Amino acid sequence: MSRTLETLAPILLVAVLLGLWETACRLTGVPAYFLPAPSAVAAAMAQDWALLLGSAWKTLSTALLALAFASLIACSLALIISTNRLLEKAVQPLAVALQVTPVVAIAPQVVIWAGLAHPDRAIISLAVIVAFFPIFSGALTGLKSTDPDLERLFDLYGATPWQKLQRLRIPSATPFILEGHKVAGGLAVIGAVVAEFVAGSGGSQGLAWRILESSNRLQTAKTFAAVIVLSLMGALLHAVLQASEQAILRRFRGR
Amino acid sequence: MSEVASLNAVEVAYPGRGTVLGPFDLALPEGEIVALVGPSGCGKSTALRLLAGLEQPTAGTVTRTPERGQTAVVFQAPTLMPWADATTNVALPLELAGMAKAKAQDQAREALKAVGLENAIGSKPAQLSGGMAMRVSLARALVTRPRLLLLDEPFAALDEITRRNLADDIHRLWDQTRPAVVFVTHNVEEAAYMAQRVVVMSANPGKIAGQTTIEAPLPRPPGFRTSEVFRNAAEDVSRDLAKAMGHIQ
Ligand SMILES: Nc1ncnc2c1ncn2[C@@H]1O[C@H](COP(=O)(O)OP(=O)(O)OP(=O)(O)O)[C@@H](O)[C@H]1O
Ligand SMILES: [Mg+2]
Repeated sequence: MSRTLETLAPILLVAVLLGLWETACRLTGVPAYFLPAPSAVAAAMAQDWALLLGSAWKTLSTALLALAFASLIACSLALIISTNRLLEKAVQPLAVALQVTPVVAIAPQVVIWAGLAHPDRAIISLAVIVAFFPIFSGALTGLKSTDPDLERLFDLYGATPWQKLQRLRIPSATPFILEGHKVAGGLAVIGAVVAEFVAGSGGSQGLAWRILESSNRLQTAKTFAAVIVLSLMGALLHAVLQASEQAILRRFRGR
Repeated sequence: MSEVASLNAVEVAYPGRGTVLGPFDLALPEGEIVALVGPSGCGKSTALRLLAGLEQPTAGTVTRTPERGQTAVVFQAPTLMPWADATTNVALPLELAGMAKAKAQDQAREALKAVGLENAIGSKPAQLSGGMAMRVSLARALVTRPRLLLLDEPFAALDEITRRNLADDIHRLWDQTRPAVVFVTHNVEEAAYMAQRVVVMSANPGKIAGQTTIEAPLPRPPGFRTSEVFRNAAEDVSRDLAKAMGHIQ
């Protein structure tokens, strides 16, 4: 009983809020470019669904590709750096400096470097940059978080550095690396959207472009529709990554 | 009897901490079980690491006759790889020594049977109870048939019943190949039950405060815990420990 209530509660809340919003719009007669009624947003969504889905796929595939690239680069770099303390110390401040720099701040320059004719390249690069750090720091932390007694045990039995890496460090790091990918997935979407905004050209055709285009034309209902599709997509990606993480960890630990 | 390993006037100092151990002497004849008892921080684990060859002393010498793979350590925690099942965990020392995987896994299963875990062969550490995990750890230590077995408070996290069962199991398994054993514990009765010789240590820096030899057969006969010999030995160890902790001058 309470379980059903708990599932229904958020749906009910959204329904009530939407109802209030709709009523308020109708009663006050606020102009649609300022605040469209939920029904208008729904209508915009129904009308443009093919276009919106196409754009969502464009943004999502960019984010996924960026996630794959970021994963490859971050994991390899973490592996190399974890083998050498001095290297790690050398890289750390640089990594932190890059990490705290907002992606919007470097986006215009990346767009120029990628070539104004290739907004796609700039968008992918920026999404890779933001997705890189959580995976990198997760992998690096994980590679160093091995149980010191297990390390001693490997030493006692004369394990080679390669055996230690393969049979101890990498498995120990796996939960951290998975967590890093989950965070990075969400960031890759944000990175892709921010980059699309900065690139600001119709060349990209992602969800950010749909938002830019409709808001420039004061088609606010369409803007809302695109934003809703964007957040639904982000939530879906997060849910998928979360479920995969849980599933892999359950297999990994046996429960 | 020849010695498996010995610490000769060893001292260990850590930067910023000063001398934590020594001068300290300990000789381990073949087939003897020695218990190390002492207050927390007196250097028991440090002495064990020296005997294992995992650490070098600041002064003094360590002699070790076991070859690589002939020394085994059991830690306070089971120290298993959480991602690997019991068999894979136990097979690790064999595989690291270059044994083919199939053969190593066969021997690991045998070792698990010997500690009474035939039903846990495919279980991962998270699926095992504390006592079972400690048995896996013991099986891993014994699978290489070590000549030197070092046990660092292996029962610390276990309940009394499990401790007693494991104590008898360790004696039974020890009897098969008779390695030299060092058994670290905080528990006076446990030391007197487990070992032929109990060495009591004092702290800051760790030194020998007293020794008790227990003249009784190993494995222990039934009813040993209520015997005169056991009670006297436990009393002697207790007195040494009180002295080591400064209660009796
Ligand atoms: N790597 C290290 N660096 C600095 N100090 C250390 C190091 N290892 C141990 N010590 C110190 O040396 C002393 C002895 O440590 P050790 O772990 O051998 O004690 P112990 O007798 O095993 O204690 P416990 O019963 O609590 O396990 C302690 O005071 C500890 O703080
Ligand atoms: Mg200790």
